[in-house]
Amino acid sequence: MLGTVDRIIDSYGARQEALVQILLDIQHELRWLPRPVLERVAARLELPLNLIYNVTTFYKHFSLVPQGRHSISVCVGTACHVRGASRLLGRVSEALGIKPDETTADEKFTLKTVSCLGCCALGPVMVLDGEYMSNPNSTDIAELIEKCE
Amino acid sequence: MARLASVADLEKLRQEIVAARDPGKTKIAICSGTGCRAYASEEVIAAFRAELDQRSLADKVEIVTTGCHGFCEQGPVLVIYPEEICYLKVKPEDVAEIIDQTLVGGQVIERLLYVGPDGEQKVKESEIPFYHHQQRLVFGSNRFIDPCNIDDYLALDGYRALAKCLTEMTPEEVLAEVDRANLRGRGGGGFPAGRKWAATRNAPGDIKYVIVNADEGDPGAYMDRSLLEGNPHSVLEGLVIGAYAIGAHLGYIYVRQEYPLAVDNLGRALEQMREYGLLGKDILGSGFDFEIEVHRGAGAFVSGESSALMSSIEGKVGEPRPKYIRTSISGVHGRPSNLNNVETWANVPLIINKGADWFTAIGTEGSKGTKIFSLVGKVNNTGLVEVPMGVSLRDIIFKIGGGIRGGKKFKAVQTGGPSGGVIPEEMLDLPVDFDALTQAGSMMGSGGMIVMDEDTCMVDVAKYFLEFLAEESCGKCVPCREGITQMLHLLRLICNGEGQPGDLELLEEIATMTKDCSLCALGQSAPNPVLSSLKYFRREYELHIEEKCCPAHVCKALVTYHIDPNKCRGCGACRRNCPVGAISGEKKQPHVIDLDKCTKCDTCFMVCPPKFSAVTKLSGSEQLPAAAPAGEQEQ
Repeated sequence: MLGTVDRIIDSYGARQEALVQILLDIQHELRWLPRPVLERVAARLELPLNLIYNVTTFYKHFSLVPQGRHSISVCVGTACHVRGASRLLGRVSEALGIKPDETTADEKFTLKTVSCLGCCALGPVMVLDGEYMSNPNSTDIAELIEKCE
Repeated sequence: MARLASVADLEKLRQEIVAARDPGKTKIAICSGTGCRAYASEEVIAAFRAELDQRSLADKVEIVTTGCHGFCEQGPVLVIYPEEICYLKVKPEDVAEIIDQTLVGGQVIERLLYVGPDGEQKVKESEIPFYHHQQRLVFGSNRFIDPCNIDDYLALDGYRALAKCLTEMTPEEVLAEVDRANLRGRGGGGFPAGRKWAATRNAPGDIKYVIVNADEGDPGAYMDRSLLEGNPHSVLEGLVIGAYAIGAHLGYIYVRQEYPLAVDNLGRALEQMREYGLLGKDILGSGFDFEIEVHRGAGAFVSGESSALMSSIEGKVGEPRPKYIRTSISGVHGRPSNLNNVETWANVPLIINKGADWFTAIGTEGSKGTKIFSLVGKVNNTGLVEVPMGVSLRDIIFKIGGGIRGGKKFKAVQTGGPSGGVIPEEMLDLPVDFDALTQAGSMMGSGGMIVMDEDTCMVDVAKYFLEFLAEESCGKCVPCREGITQMLHLLRLICNGEGQPGDLELLEEIATMTKDCSLCALGQSAPNPVLSSLKYFRREYELHIEEKCCPAHVCKALVTYHIDPNKCRGCGACRRNCPVGAISGEKKQPHVIDLDKCTKCDTCFMVCPPKFSAVTKLSGSEQLPAAAPAGEQEQ
């Protein structure tokens, strides 16, 4: 794991200007940012650990807890909102038994909200592991969840 | 490919590219923008490649994978050139037929054509009303260009404006031309780009930066994304020209990590620029050096604010700072930095090529050129549209957008995203113009245009924007952090049916304080969605408070779901789909919803067949129509 971190830091050079880019790449590979990783980044960039936490807690994309194997995003952009995104989010949330930004206990699903996916014609939109669905109802959602391993 | 050492080399290459292309050759431009991809356009492209290979037609027909064409409602969209035949909603199973009928047989397939509300079909793309009423100066090239191939951009006179600047114009002349064009910032503020450029150019210091703001955060807007994905070189060319005028040798592109396709296409475009010598040392033999770095944003709306964005480029948290000293004097690393939005940069090559006089002939007195909008919400033709400034909102929504979905009634249009406001029907003839929209209590913003119908609750929309802003406020200054929180608290109470007399006055008081006292534009403009909807839709707020009624049937706490026994035929769709078993009823008998069990998830409303439309939402003192006499119900 720390080998990955070092490789990513080396590709940018250990400089503060690259901190956000380095963390983005690490998050992309590991799907979250465990503490030992952040300690390594702090040591390599010669920055205090609290500054690393300052950055990782400020930006929405960073996660300090493990993410589920499957990712479900419900778009809550304005276009989707006026077409009923909050009802859709409610249905998904109920079906999974978790709130947005939470992960199911079996680490199978993480539920997220996003603001505009650029396909407003489909709104309200839900994305399950990269597959787009236009306003699924409760039965559709239950079937989709069932299919995931 | 060797580096181009001079403008002559560039022109020679351009001629070679154009000469190698046969204008009579059949070319199919297939949209692969984000919207069409969601409709599986990539499968259509794969099907075309496979079918053409199988029939040994691959060298006779060229497939161009392009960026967004704009007509997202009807995706996947494709256009066959040179005839300009436009097919909509194309599926992989249509591909063989398109090849047989159209490419080989020369026949148009009617069922894939655009059909207007009057039933009239249109064959050519330019005849479709959605496109016909637009003026696509910036966005129009998307449909001819493979964003991964710089030669496509060069074939359309790409980098000619840069060559002109580097060889025929001094930096001062470039700046003067942009200033004379009165190009105003497309990111929302509308500040004149020429003045910003001059301030950075004249600021003390040898090291200066130019920056593309591609941190498009307005939820419901995707113009910048589609421009970067579809035609990255138009933005990059504008940036290099700006750098030359300002005297910068390093540029940054700050793009959201949520736009992976834009990041990929940008990376590839930069590589190709370097190969051709359009980036790096001694560009086109002019002696001008310039480099570009891409920075991905990690998800923070406030980081789109100029000083916050620059702090983010330095690897820090993207919080704004007071701007007693402008970023054009002290920006990234304390050095003069010029920040413009994606669309602003993309206008620059046009101005240089065609001149400021041409540019200022388009638009209104104070707003020149065109503006791209993402026309979304309850409109028939969802998509990206580019219109000259001065066009009325009514024309955009009804002529281009085709009016309201499902025959519903127009209620309001929201422009300017979380910083903007709602505009009611009586103001629909308002022109698209920076100053006119601001006067109406909204703003141009980056170009989000969300159409709302009678089923949209204005209190809920105001609450929605404040929820977004409460999440995105960085919390550095108290007026914004607390002002938004308190306004949101009041709006939540009102939507929950717990509003009190006096709440609206309190809301206005907090809104004014937040507007006047916040540190940056996020807080200063945060009350706009509240104030504008209070101004135009005050009665709707009052109904929520006084009668506990949400007339649009959106606010969950104020709405109950019922089945109209006069309309229900007992098909059982609602009963089978209800996730909590709240619906009961015998087959072919009217069903009933148990209100104690109902979670108001809307599923019954969605699955009730439109021919029955028996599921009804009620609010306040609304009641179901009285039950019809039994005899009538039998029919």
